Amino acid sequence: MNDQNELDREVPEQFDPARRFLLELADRGVEAQAISPSPLPPAQLLEIVEPTDWGKAAAVAQSQAWRWVAGWAEDGQALLSVSVCLELQGIYMVLRTRIDTRQPCLPSHAPYFFAANRPERHMRDLFGIEFTDHPDPRRWTRHQAWDSETAPLRKSFPKEGLPPGQTPPDMNYPFFRAEGHGVYEIPVGPVHAGIIEPGHFRFHAVGETLLHLEERLGYVHKGVEKIAEGRTPESLARLAGRVSGDTTVGHAFAACLAMERAANLEAPPRAAFIRGILAERERIANHLWDMAAICNDVGFGFAYYQLGRLREVWLRDNQAMFGHRLLMDRIIPGGVSVDVANGAGERMRASSKVLRLELDDLLTIIDANSSLEDRIVTTGYLTLEDAQTLGALGFVGRASGQVFDVRHDAPYSPYDQVEVKVPLEEQGDVASRFWVRYKEMRVALKLIESLLDKMPDGDIAAPWITPQPDAEGLGLVEGWRGEILCFVRFGENGCISRYYPRDPSIVNWPALEKIALGNIVPDFPVCNKSVNGSYSGNDL
Amino acid sequence: MLSLYRKIFTTGVLTEKFAKNKLGQQQTARELGLDELGEKLKATVDKRFAGSLHIRQVDAGSCNGCELEIHALNNVYYDIERFGVHFVASPRHADVLLVTGPVSRNMEAALRRTYEATANPKWVIAVGDCGACGGEFGVSYASCGAVANVIPVDAVIPGCPPTPLELMRGILNLFSA
Repeated sequence: MNDQNELDREVPEQFDPARRFLLELADRGVEAQAISPSPLPPAQLLEIVEPTDWGKAAAVAQSQAWRWVAGWAEDGQALLSVSVCLELQGIYMVLRTRIDTRQPCLPSHAPYFFAANRPERHMRDLFGIEFTDHPDPRRWTRHQAWDSETAPLRKSFPKEGLPPGQTPPDMNYPFFRAEGHGVYEIPVGPVHAGIIEPGHFRFHAVGETLLHLEERLGYVHKGVEKIAEGRTPESLARLAGRVSGDTTVGHAFAACLAMERAANLEAPPRAAFIRGILAERERIANHLWDMAAICNDVGFGFAYYQLGRLREVWLRDNQAMFGHRLLMDRIIPGGVSVDVANGAGERMRASSKVLRLELDDLLTIIDANSSLEDRIVTTGYLTLEDAQTLGALGFVGRASGQVFDVRHDAPYSPYDQVEVKVPLEEQGDVASRFWVRYKEMRVALKLIESLLDKMPDGDIAAPWITPQPDAEGLGLVEGWRGEILCFVRFGENGCISRYYPRDPSIVNWPALEKIALGNIVPDFPVCNKSVNGSYSGNDL
Repeated sequence: MLSLYRKIFTTGVLTEKFAKNKLGQQQTARELGLDELGEKLKATVDKRFAGSLHIRQVDAGSCNGCELEIHALNNVYYDIERFGVHFVASPRHADVLLVTGPVSRNMEAALRRTYEATANPKWVIAVGDCGACGGEFGVSYASCGAVANVIPVDAVIPGCPPTPLELMRGILNLFSA
């Protein structure tokens, strides 16, 4: 692993990234306050006193190679607060600043971090915050359901919105234009040809070669952040499980972890182990399906049906052992709603063994298939530099040399009690993303077995403790697509006043724009599938 | 290449038979109900649609959970195509729109247009709790809620998400009423 990882910087003695960051801020005359103890463990919280210094803070973060994880805003009536989470070598740090509600204006982080680009546009569309110096001022999440003067996530805005009427189609979005001899445009979506989620892709091509791809998402924006307000913890866990249906375990895990940290509550060890098993089962089911779909997109039906068969068997096991094929609503605040019964452990071991044998068999055949190799090797490159610049997460990052994995680098229960290996590929093409998933599946199978081996006895849920009004919490977990961040703040009566889930897709979607370049149009589906961003998780 | 064929032969036919259950595999036994359901569905499709029913699936704002289960209809166990039910790429080719919801306001116009583009006679099935009644998302500034709030709906298949079997039953129910 980790061999020749050039991204690792030389580590000076007693290296403390957060401290170094604070020192550098002081050097540049930025007034910052470290809040201690941090209300947002495992992250440290740093208040930037003057909002005008917000851009300088990003410049410092960039120069020290922090990764921009997520950004979200909150309406505190008189003041709006904006928070940004950064990560360096497994250390998380949240920067926060406050701005006036009437003239909300803040220097942009997007000139320093590409990952900030779309999240800032999302904040602008939903909170009405202007980000100065933003390189791309076009609307993003807002289509035609509300106008530019309206900020749906302000507390004063009613959940039901303005009297609806029919929402007009989103015409006249200023797409990037390419002109010249032989250049043509292909608009695709939002209603696609397959059984997939809606989004719009605008291709520019010359002959068969793609010159440019622009994504236009936001079609599945259904106000997740707004309708979370006022919910009880159980109800929020249900909603979190539907942020992205394929990541129901991941998002519910992150949301429950955030709520539990706000409530100063820890799920019992047995519950944490079961959560781990659920998360790994979800990872395997999705990887099987995506590997099947990658093969299908290049017309290799054999692998599609074989891997699809393994997925169906896996889902039926989920139903038999946990009572739901996709494992929805199995994670609840304080623990889990379903135990691993006596026989289930044995059954899980047996089915893991069968899956391993099947994979050995199948992947040998798949590997030997030269026509598949011809289509996926050297297709859809994401270079190591691009992956790093974009902050690519999960298997997309790990197929391009980015080693980060929350389970390994900032472990949470149960992963702090088992060994997590992080497979890595450095080629960065579709084949790498295919094989990295395969390796991740092997690791997940091993993890399920170690979690079963070490499974402690005891309760599967702790009684809920109502958190103080204003208590906040941060959940960080490794979902099957990569790092999921979840921010939760409680209001009066133990109800939620703010919920922000950051699906890894938000970070990885821009990678697809890079990946598609220079490929032929018919290879776009397989490039897309190799990334498989969530539309629902992105649009919220 | 030989190993590929060997794998195909050793895997055998896993599709769950609706006539006689020869395989008797564990998975087959668990999915009781597919037998008669498939037979009925095939009879209906044969009679009403001359053997082929074309479905266009439209995601109008779903969380993607329903899509995963709709996909499963095409896997080797359910293999819905053997009953003449086929998923098509354009509403122009479709008899039935299978719509998952809630309908987000940003998808409202696209859904209306897809409906208009579908040739008559046409049927709409709203899939999942969200498509049926708004589900976890309901009506908000960003969501129109149930599919029926936007286009006429002929049948609903509730569930979060509905299982492949429930989906098959729902498609059948549309025509047995």
